[in-house]
Amino acid sequence: MELDLAIVGAGPAGLGAAIEAAGLGLSVVVLDEQPAPGGQVHRAIEVRKAAGRLDGEDDRDGAALVAAFRASGAVHWPSVQVWRMDPPAGGAGFRLVATQDGASQVIAAKRVLLAVGALERPAPFPGWTLPGVLTVGAAQILLKSGGNLPAAPLVIAGQGPLPLLFASQLAKAGMVLDLILDTAPAEAWRRALPHLPGALRGWQQLARGLRLMLALRRSPARRVARVREIEALGEHRLEAVRYRTKAGWAQVPATILLVHEGVIPNVQPAMSLGVEHVWDDGQACWRPKLGVDGETSVPGLFIAGDAAGIGGWRVAAIDGRLAGLRAAETLGVSIDAARRSRLRLERRPHAALRPFLDALGRPREELLAPADATVVCRCEMVTAGTVRAAVQAGATGPNEVKIRTRCGMGPCQGRLCGPSLTMLVAEARGVSPAEAGHLRIRPPLKPVTLGDMAGIPLEDRSG
Amino acid sequence: MAPARRVAQAFQMHGVRTSDVLIVGGGVVGASLAYGMRGRGLRIDVLDGGDGDIRAARANFGLVWVQSKGHDMPAYARWTRESAELWAGFAEELAEATATPLRLRQTGGLSWCLGEAEFEARRAELLRWHNQRADDGAEVVLLERSDVERLLPGVRLGADVTGASFCASDGECDPLALLKALHLAMAREGITLHRETKALAVTHRGGVFRVDAERGAYEAPRLVLAAGLGSAALAPMVGLPSLLRPERGQILVTERIAPFLPFAGDTIRQTADGTVMIGATHEDVGLDLGVTEEAGAALARHAVAVFPGLAKARMVRTWAGLRVLTPDGNPLYAESVSCPGAALVTCHSGVTLAAAHTLRLAPALLAGPIDEAFAAFGPSRFASQAHVSQAA
Amino acid sequence: MFRKPPDAPAGVTVFVAGQPVRMAAGESAAAAVLLADLGFSRSHPVDGGARLPYCMMGVCFECLMVIDGAPGRQGCLVPVREGMRIEPMAGLPDLAGAPP
Repeated sequence: MELDLAIVGAGPAGLGAAIEAAGLGLSVVVLDEQPAPGGQVHRAIEVRKAAGRLDGEDDRDGAALVAAFRASGAVHWPSVQVWRMDPPAGGAGFRLVATQDGASQVIAAKRVLLAVGALERPAPFPGWTLPGVLTVGAAQILLKSGGNLPAAPLVIAGQGPLPLLFASQLAKAGMVLDLILDTAPAEAWRRALPHLPGALRGWQQLARGLRLMLALRRSPARRVARVREIEALGEHRLEAVRYRTKAGWAQVPATILLVHEGVIPNVQPAMSLGVEHVWDDGQACWRPKLGVDGETSVPGLFIAGDAAGIGGWRVAAIDGRLAGLRAAETLGVSIDAARRSRLRLERRPHAALRPFLDALGRPREELLAPADATVVCRCEMVTAGTVRAAVQAGATGPNEVKIRTRCGMGPCQGRLCGPSLTMLVAEARGVSPAEAGHLRIRPPLKPVTLGDMAGIPLEDRSG
Repeated sequence: MAPARRVAQAFQMHGVRTSDVLIVGGGVVGASLAYGMRGRGLRIDVLDGGDGDIRAARANFGLVWVQSKGHDMPAYARWTRESAELWAGFAEELAEATATPLRLRQTGGLSWCLGEAEFEARRAELLRWHNQRADDGAEVVLLERSDVERLLPGVRLGADVTGASFCASDGECDPLALLKALHLAMAREGITLHRETKALAVTHRGGVFRVDAERGAYEAPRLVLAAGLGSAALAPMVGLPSLLRPERGQILVTERIAPFLPFAGDTIRQTADGTVMIGATHEDVGLDLGVTEEAGAALARHAVAVFPGLAKARMVRTWAGLRVLTPDGNPLYAESVSCPGAALVTCHSGVTLAAAHTLRLAPALLAGPIDEAFAAFGPSRFASQAHVSQAA
Repeated sequence: MFRKPPDAPAGVTVFVAGQPVRMAAGESAAAAVLLADLGFSRSHPVDGGARLPYCMMGVCFECLMVIDGAPGRQGCLVPVREGMRIEPMAGLPDLAGAPP
């Protein structure tokens, strides 16, 4: 049976879209990799709600969104990986192939919404493959889903709101950070200040951020600003963190180093469907080229939430709703214009904050141009120097670099090295990242076993 | 770099770059020929496309494959065997010159038989081949299932495996390393590879060929078209045949797994990295590089039918390449009659023939018309076939 | 690497390299490895070095591990189950010779 709308991702955007579309009578399924709805931002929110562990306004609003989704009539399909998507062909709609516990199923849908969120910006630096180095997002997931706390001594390095938020969450759990290395470049505030008047329209959000920052500055954690470079040191696991400021290099012992250099849209699924993408110079990442309410260059395909461009969870939820409405409209359902206007109005203060945060969050140059010895592809252990050498030897784009160096050939399929590849090719060729281009993304979007691909029932896979 | 910069400046001043030999196509075929023309004091320019162009050399399975080649053309069988014999020396020299291991392994290759019917058909085919032209190709033996089991101790074969044909001359290499090494060797020999310089048109005037490309114009008294499918549009401009068609081949590759397959194979091979390559389909779909669910499933089923343990292996990438096929699938080497000095070189086995192309064909192309030595590979065979089919 | 405070929920027991680890329902196998302080969850197929989970959200594939006998599972996407056996993945998976 062909569904009206298949939504990939059960974060705020996917849930918002599902609520609206199902509310209009569409048949909707939401496919998600995680076992429970909420996305990374509201991970394990239902469990935490049941245990009385909701914390603050974001948690409460997130729990309400998930509850509304549960009541919406949309079908929730958790713990599945969509590994192949095909655009409409020969009169039929989209085809999505998803695997759950090693057995694939095909989903046919008239419309598809990608609400696949963001990923933490890959931040290559020397030693980032050592055990004990994780992302701040990873540690936050460990905290949210199981209350787990990182071992001391603990160092956090990075910039943007997430490290601040996480540090405050740790503080609430009674844990004191040993060191925060703030990697925001010195010029960030100068760049951001012109956007401050506009951002004040989102003053409630802004105030929350500032409160966090102030709380943190009052905390006993030592904070070093304007860190330009970091290195993780250790033989078989992290033992120390080295960092460079204007004053030179310094070193501290560490068991855990958590890094976070902002987030970028997850573009892999959209690229596999041939959606046109543009290079966002301010944020140094690819994002899909979008029309009104999440429409893409592929008819019938929508993108909303952070996958469309980083906006935070509240913008994602609203944009998801708008995309859900638009998807329904393209299927001939009439839409309440007032409802749409209200959503757009509601979106405004949240979106107003964005140019300010974007300017504040632009990554430092050292991150975008790692030193030759730094590994950029963790799967195949390819260094920045190897990528540069391939370009010197004549490779003209990321796809050529890939076949010459194996950079991007591993199981993560270029998710972690793709942005670096674009930047390094651009730098080495002296062209813009947009001209340097991106990796060609083909199925499988996630590794899938041959047995699964072959359609062999699980019980028949001996061995 | 300094000479290249001077050339670039001269190019900007005069608008046309002149050389002794112009090769259109920087894939394995074009690069093998360019490399084979080195060391004679010739100025050689190679024009190549960009990151987004169709490139058979970048989608290759990596076989140096002898068995089954040239069953309808003894000269091709001999030529293939000769190239396979030249490969080890060719690879050694190239790898040494460029510090790029080609990961050549010529321990023999397996072509699997699933089911009794396939086994019997293979037996009949080999018998026919053996009786007709045994000394043209390499020795191919048909192994029964029990023979294969002895060849692969500790490896579990699928219930449907009835056997495999085996040829000791078959082998495999890393085709991307081959291409990289050829390009490095060319640079060392002063052969210039012009990237993102797709040839758009060719003209011939006063004994000089002029190629108008995406970025500038190039002239030389000798021209070799080795642009794969791209040659089809250019060849008629200089009196050469345009007989090429694309055939899509899809390939799957798995994660790295522990080494288990010490032989090459025409459908399944394990690379030096431990990944398992599974290929390839034969599809007539035009210039479409898409990968399909059906093909993926068929290739996966085949791999699991031969090695059931692979059901648990994770497939991490798929891709498609376009084979460059002549009407009979065999190589085509043609010299232009109306525009002397222009040649067309095309085949779908650029890796297997890389050694012969470098060591034999390249010098022959420089020495003059190639038609005599390579008559069997000329375009006249298609003309006669056309007559035959009309008569029939 | 990580520790569970005494008041944290922990209703599921899994076994990491034979050692019992108490987890909350909904946590992942990758989290179990970090709680068990195993030191590594796989050896890297290229350089042989030790690796532990990095992103915990399905992106980086550093958390490939052996779960209930199946190699190459992405541990951060596999929720824990009572009695689950989690082993590190040392070296390349040996698949072709696996007995029927």
